[in-house]
Amino acid sequence: MRRETLTGSRIRERRLINGQKQADLARKAGISASYLNLIEHNRRRIGGKLLLDIAAALEVEPMSLSEGAEAALLGALREVAALNPSADCELAQVEEFAGRFPGWAGLIEALAQRQSSLEQTVVSLTDRMTHDPQLAEALHDMLGAVTAIRSTSSILVETDKLEPEWQDRFHRNINEDATRLTEGSQALVAYLNNETSDHQQVTTPQDEIEAFFQRHGYHFALLENGGSDKQAQDGIESMIASAGDLLVSASARAQVQRLLARYWSDAQAFGFDAMLDDVSIMGLEPASIAAKREVDIGLVMRRLSSVPGPILQPLMQDSPYDIAEAGLGLAVCDSSGTLTMRKPLPRFALPRFGAACPLWSLYQALSRPLIALRERSQLSGRDGAPFETLAFAAPVSIPQFGAVPLLESHMLMIPLSASGAAQSIEPPRPIGISCRICPRDDCAGRREPSILASGV
Amino acid sequence: MSKHVLLVEDEPNIIEAVSFLLSRDGWSVSTHSNGHDAADVIRAKQPDVLVLDVMLPGRSGFDILEDIRSEGVCRDVPVLMLTARGQTKDRERAERLGATRFMTKPFSNAEIIETLHELSGS
Repeated sequence: MRRETLTGSRIRERRLINGQKQADLARKAGISASYLNLIEHNRRRIGGKLLLDIAAALEVEPMSLSEGAEAALLGALREVAALNPSADCELAQVEEFAGRFPGWAGLIEALAQRQSSLEQTVVSLTDRMTHDPQLAEALHDMLGAVTAIRSTSSILVETDKLEPEWQDRFHRNINEDATRLTEGSQALVAYLNNETSDHQQVTTPQDEIEAFFQRHGYHFALLENGGSDKQAQDGIESMIASAGDLLVSASARAQVQRLLARYWSDAQAFGFDAMLDDVSIMGLEPASIAAKREVDIGLVMRRLSSVPGPILQPLMQDSPYDIAEAGLGLAVCDSSGTLTMRKPLPRFALPRFGAACPLWSLYQALSRPLIALRERSQLSGRDGAPFETLAFAAPVSIPQFGAVPLLESHMLMIPLSASGAAQSIEPPRPIGISCRICPRDDCAGRREPSILASGV
Repeated sequence: MSKHVLLVEDEPNIIEAVSFLLSRDGWSVSTHSNGHDAADVIRAKQPDVLVLDVMLPGRSGFDILEDIRSEGVCRDVPVLMLTARGQTKDRERAERLGATRFMTKPFSNAEIIETLHELSGS
């Protein structure tokens, strides 16, 4: 079932929420109740003026009925199906399922997240010595001290006529090792206590961080208004403290602290009003803006991704872009390709489990540092949306002779309108989210089989 | 003539205790405490028995064992591997690479002396 057919389910859902009768809504929209009934059960397509009339009668934005807010949910459901191939889920009906039963679909996603979190805990607890280098190092050090104490004390007890200088030396060694053992065991207890409290969370730290940023719409007015470093620091601590329901783990709080400190630093270097001025004159051109303001391109990308969609959209009137409520998407990775900052969009999800698509320009930029990459991309799949992606990688470590610098790569995702995508001379480059939920079967970047049938 | 044992271990107090113990037991003891050049030192000293720790600074005991077993004069030297990790896979890896015996820390003095006598045939 195609996405547009789910518009009927959303109309029905909204009508029931409003407490409206089908006949009343039909009358307001100027159609018969029986026709509305067919629409609500996704048996008649709807668009154009009728959609506008029904949206007005329901007192909602037409886009909320015609566009799925459930793209991220669909992605998560497909990932869950990929992780459970024996369940033989009816992937062709995933959109219909999410549209008709959004509550059940959301519950499945939440349970999958919980399962993932618990599995991570099990893995880390069952093979801590292998997977936790800090724990392995601590235990190795403690067992070394124990071995030395055991061997030395045995010598002291079992050796007849041990020379005084040897006795002194061994007593001193035992004292050293006993001190080391005490300090090591105390540090280990503290470490395990912290780890245990972290592992008791239902969600992962990454989930907590994303929930926090989504609550704020990835925009922090408090950090946009200038002021002193002290005021900003106090503001950051206040925001984190008041988000105790989301930021449960120490790891997530520390990460959010770091990201907000960077947000503040970026805002100091490139203010909000200046950014809007530049965008209105130069458009979404991070390289040109960065040159004008003498700041990093990555910084400009981060700043642009923080602008709320409703503020950015009016500046893009004659552009090929279709900026919605969420604004621009952003992915930042380090030299290993690990995503360190994520702002997904409703139609450009970032993988929650596992690695992302290697075809993203984010990763191409890593092999071509200091070169600004711009390309038109089309996400794979039946509902694949067109995007323009801008990517740029630059060193983050201080250059040293003989040392390969560490890089950080940024990718800005800009949604294209249908007409904007059609303007492209070159066909858009197909990309995916991650291999397991990507239907392309002729992809050079594929790491593992997809669980989707071709053309899904 | 006393048998020569080379102890490759990075814990100074273990080195001191085991060296004392083996010297009193009649062994000629030499020691080395880092993994970087351990294989070269082993080949140069050509001990009758080698005691080799797994976790060493610079290079792991597994890598050193694989190195000396691959070529040179120490291909057949008896090797007692010491580790703080008693995991089965570590033991299997040590045996696969050619370790003669495998001992988990902490060990007793009697245990290490008895094992070295077995390995040297003395």
